[in-house]
Amino acid sequence: MRFDDEPVPGYSLPILPGHVSPGRLERVLRAGKFAITAELDPPDSADPAEVLKRAAIFDGYVDAINATDGSGANCHMSSVGVCSLLTRVGYATIMQISCRDRNRIAIQGEILGAAAMGACNILCLTGDGVQAGDHPQAKPVFDLDSMSLLEIARGMRDDCRFQSGRKIDMPPRVFLGAAENPFVPPYDWRPHRLAKKVAAGAQFIQTQYCFDIDRLKQFMAKVGDLGLLEGPKRVHILVGVGPLASAKSALWIRQNVPGVHIPDAVIERLQGASKQKEEGKRLCLDLLQEIREIKGVSGAHIMAYRQEESVAEIIQASGVLEGRVPWYPGRDNPAQLNPESPDALGHSEQALSD
Amino acid sequence: MYKVRHWVVRHSRVFESLYRCFEPLLVKLHPLWKRLGYARVEAPMRAVEKGVKGLLFDCQMCGQCVLSSTGMACPMNCPKTLRNGPCGGVRSDGHCEVKPEMKCVWVEAWAGSQNMRHGERIHVVQQPVDYRLRGSSSWLSVVREQAQRNNGDEQ
Repeated sequence: MRFDDEPVPGYSLPILPGHVSPGRLERVLRAGKFAITAELDPPDSADPAEVLKRAAIFDGYVDAINATDGSGANCHMSSVGVCSLLTRVGYATIMQISCRDRNRIAIQGEILGAAAMGACNILCLTGDGVQAGDHPQAKPVFDLDSMSLLEIARGMRDDCRFQSGRKIDMPPRVFLGAAENPFVPPYDWRPHRLAKKVAAGAQFIQTQYCFDIDRLKQFMAKVGDLGLLEGPKRVHILVGVGPLASAKSALWIRQNVPGVHIPDAVIERLQGASKQKEEGKRLCLDLLQEIREIKGVSGAHIMAYRQEESVAEIIQASGVLEGRVPWYPGRDNPAQLNPESPDALGHSEQALSD
Repeated sequence: MYKVRHWVVRHSRVFESLYRCFEPLLVKLHPLWKRLGYARVEAPMRAVEKGVKGLLFDCQMCGQCVLSSTGMACPMNCPKTLRNGPCGGVRSDGHCEVKPEMKCVWVEAWAGSQNMRHGERIHVVQQPVDYRLRGSSSWLSVVREQAQRNNGDEQ
């Protein structure tokens, strides 16, 4: 029997030959499409509806949603919690794991739990220092670093073993990612560090915010020289972008957010504009189009903190999807809509008034 | 001993060579350590190692020394104790995200490795730290492993 209010189950795709995960992101990347991922700002709340609402904003424009793990060392709903809620309605998620808060016992357990809940992508991060967040008095764990975390996750997937060597019955089928920041020192090491991450198991990379196209081009050229953009060591690079709200906020970010490099020219461009917020979006769009043209770039990762509502507009205007509509709950079957999406809410209001 | 540590990294090649002479010497003395008993030698050796490496490298006695792979900059001085390279938070002046007054350990390590004969070792992925070995002499454990490998000898 079927209940009227039965939730729409999340489901996995079959794993294609040569793929490691049953997820959509890996399929889009391996098909050579320009992929879009976006960062979801996890709520300071235990309300599941809030998570679904924040995801619905991206419907039709992104291939996977990043669930951050205490970003900026601030406390929010956990990454595995957000992923579990999203995969239940079918979204493709990228679960972020930071080494700051948990040791290897907790992290490996979390990888199994997340994979069981349908998370197909895991982003292995070092994490910001605790001093950056709202609990500077917390103990920084850093039992692993992003590199050893990648290696352990890969061992769990490919060798069916925990780091201890103990056997895993069913391995986590996950596409593994890592972060890179080409825009901070030591610049000439960054491409090599990326190669090291690939050696440790990274299959896709999401970079820090890019506001400096020249630096990105130099980086990509070097990465290409290292043989990482084709062949067996192929890594899919998604470049980070995001709209700046104003020149003032750009200055604040440059000063206070670790690792974000914003050149003076960008700040001057915003200062010279009459509507700074619009100019910020325009800048993001221009960057997206320029990034699209750089050889070897596989996609973009949009981090529009507190401007999530502008993501669809920017992607639409940039044309980077070339008419492609990434999957979202309800795209193919309206009965599967995200219950918190505006369409679903509109329908239910209609149903009530009927 | 921040200044000494910088000086050492600037002369990483010299220290690389010194260690390359020092390690075989310690391994040659394996019969002596064995006779005295590794457990008995541990305490004095630890004290010497702590003194020497503490002065030169600000050694934190992780017990699994990787200085030869990190340009002679001790990665345990990184506030995130990263063993495989810098995080993404390095400041534009090359200083640390967590301790702005300190130069990033990995910016130093990269520079140090560029001077070394086997600087390419920095590209090898390092295993996470085994916390059971904290505070123990990494010299002795290297010697013991090396001697075992050489002789197929049970310690």
